[in-house]
Amino acid sequence: MTILNILKYPNPELKQISTPVTDFDSQLDHFIQDLEQTRQHGPAAVGIAAPQVGCFQRIIIIDVSSRKNTHNHGHLILINPEITEWDGYVIGREGCLSVPDYTGNVIRAETIKLQALDPNGQTLEFTMQGFEARALQHELDHLDGLLFIDRLVSRRTDLFQRQPKKSKKSKTSK
Amino acid sequence: MATWYMLTVIGQDRIGIVAKITTTLYQQGCNLGEASMLRLGGNFTIMLMVKSEQSMSQIEQGLQTIINELELNLHLTQIDANLHQHHLPNIKITVSGEDHLGIVAQVTSLLADHQVNIVDLESDVAGTENSPIYIMRIDGIAKGDYAKLQQALNKLQSQGIIAKVQAIDTLIG
Ligand SMILES: [Zn+2]
Repeated sequence: MTILNILKYPNPELKQISTPVTDFDSQLDHFIQDLEQTRQHGPAAVGIAAPQVGCFQRIIIIDVSSRKNTHNHGHLILINPEITEWDGYVIGREGCLSVPDYTGNVIRAETIKLQALDPNGQTLEFTMQGFEARALQHELDHLDGLLFIDRLVSRRTDLFQRQPKKSKKSKTSK
Repeated sequence: MATWYMLTVIGQDRIGIVAKITTTLYQQGCNLGEASMLRLGGNFTIMLMVKSEQSMSQIEQGLQTIINELELNLHLTQIDANLHQHHLPNIKITVSGEDHLGIVAQVTSLLADHQVNIVDLESDVAGTENSPIYIMRIDGIAKGDYAKLQQALNKLQSQGIIAKVQAIDTLIG
């Protein structure tokens, strides 16, 4: 296994939109192992996206299971992930392996429904909330060439938006 | 050799203060570091890290025309930059209450007693002139458990001060 080099802002490659994975082969498995190794190597990252290591395919890994009292689905390898439903919003602080020595506040959906494929190409479906949903949205942004610094909100915004609002059309279960 | 300075500017809020100050500094060849600029009451305030080959008095002289024109109050002091070592807060404390003497002192003294390092504090006087309310937000670094800090802060409720401690869960991804 190899620890891959993390692309750092302002590397323009981070702005690239990644393409869907089509081949679920041993090369993919090999890359996922390297990606996971790279995630674990750096400062405690709960997620990583393939474009962060210069592979512009829609692959992410998230794992928030090591955090106390955090709703989670364990260690997840998600290929071609897509959010199908959003609900609520909440402000939280984020940092990024690709943006060293900076953290800032970002608004994310509180609950999401997600469809993705596993490394064998089988369909996965999850309802995620809170920290796990935030991690997913952060990594999904990388696949679309977005960084959390594109979404920063004022610190003062927090005062007025701390209570997440529920949309009336909400179908998500808690 | 270039030196880092902290430039403090205060003046009646109006459009163009930031543009004029930073343009002048740029024309003088100054490099800018981190900054906090905000309106406090009717005043606009600037705290700005400035790196320059020039002496303090040369920088001041360069800004003199704008200082006079916009009636600003300016202060420069030499600093160590210590960039690239942000301290990550792990708790935030939100405080609100009827505005009265000593809110900030009481809350921050409790924070100091509990070894909390304040990295960011912002406060506003809201409400109306007749019944002002004080709203404060603090980001800090707590060592260990903050339950005891919350207990201590709860005692301020008898004075109408509501202070709530919450963990900041920074996501790295
Ligand atoms: Zn990231």
